[in-house]
This record gives sequence, C-alpha cells and structure tokens, in this order.
Amino acid sequence: MKRWDKGWRLALRTAIAVFAAVLFLFPIYWLAAISIKSPDEIFAYPPVWVPGGFDISSYITLFRDGDAWAVWHSLVTAGVSTVLAMLFGTLAAYSIVRYRTGGDNLAIWIISQRMIPPICIAFPVFLLFVSWQIVDTYTGLILLYTAFNIPYVTWMMRGYLQEIPLELEQSALVDGLSRWAVLWKVVLPMARAGLFATAVFTFIFAWNEFLFALILTGSEVVTYTVKVTGYFGSQSTFWSKIGAMSMLGVLPMIFVVGTMQRFIVRGISMGAVKG
Amino acid sequence: MAQAPVRSGIADNELAFKYLLIAPAIFILLLIGLYPFVKLIVVSFQNISMFDDIRSFQGFIHYERLFEDVRLWESLLHTALFTLVALPIELVLGYLLALLFLQKLPFKQILVAVILLPIVIAPIVAGSTWRLMLDQRFGPINQVIGWFAGGDVKLLWTVDPLLVWPAIMIAEVWQWTPFMFLILLAALSNVDQEQLEAAEMDGASRWMTFRKIILPAIAPVMFIAVLIRALDLFRLFDVIWTMTQGGPGTRTETISIYAYQMAFREFEISYSAAIAFLVIFVLTVVVVLALRRVEVAR
Repeated sequence: MKRWDKGWRLALRTAIAVFAAVLFLFPIYWLAAISIKSPDEIFAYPPVWVPGGFDISSYITLFRDGDAWAVWHSLVTAGVSTVLAMLFGTLAAYSIVRYRTGGDNLAIWIISQRMIPPICIAFPVFLLFVSWQIVDTYTGLILLYTAFNIPYVTWMMRGYLQEIPLELEQSALVDGLSRWAVLWKVVLPMARAGLFATAVFTFIFAWNEFLFALILTGSEVVTYTVKVTGYFGSQSTFWSKIGAMSMLGVLPMIFVVGTMQRFIVRGISMGAVKG
Repeated sequence: MAQAPVRSGIADNELAFKYLLIAPAIFILLLIGLYPFVKLIVVSFQNISMFDDIRSFQGFIHYERLFEDVRLWESLLHTALFTLVALPIELVLGYLLALLFLQKLPFKQILVAVILLPIVIAPIVAGSTWRLMLDQRFGPINQVIGWFAGGDVKLLWTVDPLLVWPAIMIAEVWQWTPFMFLILLAALSNVDQEQLEAAEMDGASRWMTFRKIILPAIAPVMFIAVLIRALDLFRLFDVIWTMTQGGPGTRTETISIYAYQMAFREFEISYSAAIAFLVIFVLTVVVVLALRRVEVAR
C-alpha cells in the first residue's frame, strides 16, 4: 500500500515537472517553428502548431540579403570583448586578491560600476564615441562591452582566485619564477575552470546586449539583437525574418546550456552560490 | 598575502607589479564609467537641447523641471510597481519549482537544462517571441484561451491598455523565474539535512522548519538573487522595447524607456542628464539602505 502511494507521488511530481519544462520550452519551440514554417503556415488561421515541412527559405533570405552579417558582427564584438574583459578583469582580480590592492573599497567600487543602469551613461558615452569617431565601428562596441564586463569578470575571478592555495605560489617564487611566470604558469592554469565559466557568461552578456548596440550602431556594425527589433516595422512585421534571425542568436546559447550546464549556477548568481 | 618582502627592492617591485596588474581595468572603467558620469553632471547644469546650445552654468533649471514632470514620475512608478509585482511572483514560483526538483525525479538533468534555457536567451528575443506568441490572430495564446472560452478570442495583448502590463509580465516571469529557480535549488541543496531530520523528529511544524532552519540557510543567497533581479528590473528596457516601445501612449514607459526617448528621440540632452542623475541617486540610496539593513539583520 505504502509502496503504491510512493510510486503514485513520484508519477505526479514527474508530471508537474515535465509540464513546467514544457511551459518554459514552448515559446522557444514556437520561435523555432516559425523560422522553418512556409509563409502560408506562418499566416494560417487558426495557427499551425507543427510545421508541415522544413522550409529554410527564411534563413536563405537572411544570407542572400546580407542580413546574416549581423550574426558575424555580434560574434566579433562579443568574442573580442570577452577576451579583453577576461584579460584585464582577471589581472585586476589577482591584484586585489593577492596584494589587497585598494582594500575592500576598490573591489566594491568596481562592482558598483555594473549596477548603474546603462541608459544613464548612454548619452555621454555616445558623445564621447562621436568625438572619437568610433560610432558604428567594431572598436566602439568592443571597448564598451569590455568596460561593461570588467566588473563582472573581476568579481567572479576574485572568488575563484581566493580558492587557490597560497603555498603553491610561494614555493614557485622560492623556486625562482618571476611574478609574471607565477601568474601565467601556476595561478591561471589552476583557475582554468573558473576562467572558462566566467568567459562563457561574459560572452553571453555581450552577445545578448541590446541598448548600447541600438545607440552605437547604425549601418556598418549592426548586431543581431538590433536587426531582430528592426523587423518589427510600423507597417508590417517580418515574421519569418524575426524567427530566423532570433534562432541564429538563440542556437549558440542552446549549445552553451547543453554543454556547460554545471557552470551555470555560479555564473549567473555572480558567485553567490558555490557551484 | 604574498610572502613578506625581505629587501626593500623586492617591495618596490611588488608595488609596481600590483598596480600594473590593475591599471588597465581601472583605466577602462574610469574612461567608460567615470568620465560619462562627470559629463552627465556638467551637462545637466547647462542647457543643451534640439533648440538650445547654451554651455554656461544655468543653475538648477533641469532639476526643478524634474519635480513638475508627471511623465517622469509615472515612469518611475511603473518601474517600481512592475518590480514589486514581478519579483515576488518570480521568487515564489522559483521556490516552488526548486522544492519540486529537490526531490527525486527521473530525467532531472535534462528537465533543469530545459527550464534554464530562457535565462541565456537575449531579452530582446524573449520579447519578440512573446509578441509573436501573443499576436491577436496568428499567436497560439489567444487560440488556447479560445479553446477554454469556446469561441474565437481576439485579445490585443500589446495594444489594449488593460492587457499590456500582463503581457510584459508574462514575458518577464517566463524569462526570469528559471533564474530564481536555479539559485534557490542550489541554495536549498546546501541546507543541512541533519538539522531538518532533527526538526522532524522533534515534531516541528512545516512552517517552523521553514522559518527557523530553511530560511536562515538560504537567506544570504536569496538576498543576492533578489538584489540582482531588482537592479535588472529597475533598468527594464529590452523586453518592453520589443513588445510595446512604452505604448500605448506612455502606458508601459519605464524609467529607462523614458530616459531613452528624452535623450535620443527628443534630444533633450541636458534634461535627460538630470533624469539620469536622479536615477543614479535614487538607486544608490536604495542599494545602500538595502545593504545596511542586511548588515543590521546579521
């Protein structure tokens, strides 16, 4: 009797969990479905839930018209800014952890830079970039995303570097390695997992950023997020393009979740939970 | 701390090294963080707009205007109300989901992976997706409601003044409940099992167990999660931009949307600088108060 009761409870729990997962997945499924529907299916009434075929013409249109370059622009800006933010942020974190540079106040000042709503500094940044003539260039967006992500990287890497035992560094120093060599050959290899997890999130933030991309791009270096919103016209909405372009932006993220699930908790909680 | 320096030569070396490491980060942050901030303050005391370009000191005219600007205070109210409604919903739903997933479940890894997908998707894409989902004619939401209502339903989710906020709320809760879920799941798995068992043996009620054991254990993590989400909601822009652009009228205008419109659509440069300064000021006060309360509570 009791056993039967237990099995019944497990079944109920599983049913609720699966239902919740379906609720969270469905909008993404719907987006993916729109991207491969034929035009007739997109504008069918009542809506078609399962596409009849695999119509990739929306994607072909994006590549033929050159809109797909936006994905490349996103990739370059997010990729390069991730590398730079990781480099500068990690060095800063190491300085803070090992030498207590600036005490607690400096670390708090750095993280507070991330709390300011982007819109507040958007216009001054825009003016600055106009005077430097880097609006609508890779340089501008990369510089901005690097600055935007340095506080996050510093904060996260501070947590990871604190966990590395000091004795290892000391013995390496005694062995005659220079401070730079200790950092590159001892510390960073040991923080590999942390570096990797932090880089993944730094990339996601830059990849998904919209407000600055909207302000600082025009026609040359337009990222995919700006492109997607551009398809919502005042006269007509380009459903198939929205679907296809969004999917090009979403697919890498699905890959990230699929392969790096175990890093994710700590990354999104800014280290609040040791994952 | 590194080993104690033996000779002063090494100490100098170390000093140079530690500042060298941190210099690039500080330089970039000052450039993109501090310079705009100073510029903001300067511009807010000048008078620059589409029609004026007065660079001399103008006193507090823009700050006085803040107090009379009904649209501004409405947008702040929208932002605050939305945060106060969305955040508890996400917290409670996330907690319930976490409780569910704390127990034994088949395919747990896969289900968790599916649920956390919304977090890594661009808010702009989430907004677009929900706009398509909520489309009055070609979206599945009205269709499903129609099944229950028994007839065609044509709800104008992104246009009808009564429905726009619920529509944005749905998108927001969909995207960020997984965030609360994930963090609370991790926090709950760290709760001391022995304490829970001891409480059960002593016959403590569920509510008492929650208040005396679970809540204190997850409170620090929960606080950070709420803080991160509150800061995000305070700057809410992307989802609204794709779903309504602040409309109809100014019905769904948040402070970020309003500040954007003022700076980049109406070119009220000096006034928008005053708005930005107000926002930073309010935010700093709120965050400092929140942090202090937590420290007092500890």
